[in-house]
Amino acid sequence: MTPPGILLEKPLRYVRQRQQYVPLLATLALFIGMYGAGAAQYPAFGNPQVMLNIFVDNAFLLVVAVGMTFVILTGGIDLSVGAVVALTTMVSASLLAEGWPAYLVLPVALGIGALLGMGMGCVIHYFEIQPFIVTLAGMFFARGLCYIISTDSIPIRDGFWTLMAQSKISFAGYRVSPSVVVALVVVLIAGYVLHYTRLGRNVYAIGGNQRSALLMGLPVAQTKIAVYTISGLCSALGGVLLSFYMLSGYSLHAVGMELDAIAAVVIGGTLLTGGAGYVFGTVVGVSVLGLIQTLISFDGRLSSWWTKIFIGGLLFVFILLQRVVSKSKR
Amino acid sequence: MSTTVNTIIKHRIFWPAAILVLLLLGNVIFTPNFLHVEMRDGHLFGSLINILRLGAPLALVALGMTLVIATGGIDLSVGAVVAIGGAVACWWIVNQSDQNGVGTVLVAVALALGVAALFGLWNGFLVATIGIQPIIATLILMVAGRGVAQLITEGQIITVNSAPYKVIGGGYWLTVPASVVIAAVIIVAAILLTRRTALGMLVEAVGGNAEASRLAGVRSRRIKLMVYVVSAVCAAVAGLMISSNVSSADGNNAGLWMELDAILAVVIGGTSLMGGRFFITGTVVGALLIQTLTTTVHTAGITPETTLLFKAVVVTAVCLIQSPAFRARVFGRRRPPPPVPRSTRERQKVEVPA
Repeated sequence: MTPPGILLEKPLRYVRQRQQYVPLLATLALFIGMYGAGAAQYPAFGNPQVMLNIFVDNAFLLVVAVGMTFVILTGGIDLSVGAVVALTTMVSASLLAEGWPAYLVLPVALGIGALLGMGMGCVIHYFEIQPFIVTLAGMFFARGLCYIISTDSIPIRDGFWTLMAQSKISFAGYRVSPSVVVALVVVLIAGYVLHYTRLGRNVYAIGGNQRSALLMGLPVAQTKIAVYTISGLCSALGGVLLSFYMLSGYSLHAVGMELDAIAAVVIGGTLLTGGAGYVFGTVVGVSVLGLIQTLISFDGRLSSWWTKIFIGGLLFVFILLQRVVSKSKR
Repeated sequence: MSTTVNTIIKHRIFWPAAILVLLLLGNVIFTPNFLHVEMRDGHLFGSLINILRLGAPLALVALGMTLVIATGGIDLSVGAVVAIGGAVACWWIVNQSDQNGVGTVLVAVALALGVAALFGLWNGFLVATIGIQPIIATLILMVAGRGVAQLITEGQIITVNSAPYKVIGGGYWLTVPASVVIAAVIIVAAILLTRRTALGMLVEAVGGNAEASRLAGVRSRRIKLMVYVVSAVCAAVAGLMISSNVSSADGNNAGLWMELDAILAVVIGGTSLMGGRFFITGTVVGALLIQTLTTTVHTAGITPETTLLFKAVVVTAVCLIQSPAFRARVFGRRRPPPPVPRSTRERQKVEVPA
């Protein structure tokens, strides 16, 4: 008779070698479990359109969270994303109201986001001030600029914007908005950059250990500034998508979005200390957040504040899980 | 003579204090009677008093934050705890038959502080016992705590009608606003406790190197647990002041983004986010500086829309001036001993290998 331990040894070793996937797999399992529970309870929940609607409603968050993934992978943090999103909606709305054409507004709006991100990256790297403080000041700065542009909500009536807001891309009877396609393209590009380019490797290396990366001769300065620029650019793109969704620019759009983005990245299995994580995890993280909101709205009895408590609880579970995984590796 | 000047300039309170004085002087140019303090109805009255009164909650929250940061941590949940503190107290008072009873208010205050202490214990437990990085551990309560506050108030604004409760944030004691007295007592007690006993040194030891201090016989876990509880209780007292000042509790907006202001106050005050050192006087100056900024915007007739922009510029300026790397680059002075690029990140790495 073989003792059960030997039988288990092979699968256990297999699991141990692939421990970096455990948080991601846990998130996936949770996602499938939640979806299954929802589908079992509400017949309409099983309709794939419900799932697609989660992406339609959260396309901008997904783009922002992808940018945040880059920053967190280097071990930094970007608190300015929500404010940059709001600034982008304001800039786009006010320029369009001035009569600028869409093909000029888009690059200007995206450029402002990237420029802000690059500025913050430079301050973080060259003046050695902590990312937390710099991006916090960036958040105040961007929100302040919004208020200077206008304190009121500015409606967008531009043809291109309304086209993007109203058109639907259908396949096999299901519909998504163009924003979802944009978000998916961003995810694919981000995945490619992180895993198949030099920049991606540098990002992981700096997140693993900045000093080692420096001693290895990796371009730490360029990479760090690049990730904050990417995050700024992604936030600006997220802002454009949000303005497609809302058809307005408003200073109070996306208040607290930085928390959602960070939560999505963490739930997606990326270590906040940097160096480990996947863009795909972030996609699942955003879906889990969207699923919680959908479940609560399907239930109808639970008030909106339960969303926050659930997200907090989930954060706790995943952080604990990361802790256990990183401990058993020791 | 020049050495005295040098010592003053080198002192870590010089820059924040100088900027505070500059701001106050700048205010005098816009509003000539800015520094004027007068007696009205037996109360002190004037812009300076207003800065103190409105700055008291922030100073308290920043005080707790200073101790947490001194141990190398950070507490993002204080804003949520501010909301919970006010919500718990108002919920208790509203559900009593006699809202004006002193006993009712005392129980409400005790309840709010107790609940906050529990949340502080939770944060401390996550950080000290389980060993999660502080920024993430407290992020949980930052997200969930706001939900808890809304749960207590059921998403509404609870309005109370209680004279004794009103005293905490809106009352006066010997012509001085009661909130200023409460904050001053707590701050002085904290300074005495940390600087006249070994407590402050122990906190700094834990922040400098938790493992080394544990080997040296410091109960570092207990110290960490303690600072998070203190931070939460301070936040709850601030929450009581804020909600008492307006006689209502708002789970949505009370203390919103206060953790950011508090962290700014600490950093402006010269406490390093790396931990291992703290400076309560600097923090109080930092908190007053932030409040003065807000008041300046109101009195100088700058549109309120620009407050945030103004804040961003001042914060950036203060942080840049305090950054040795910036001073070396701009003023061309040689850097003091080359700062090893040692970030908190890397230190946490040692504790939590990925």
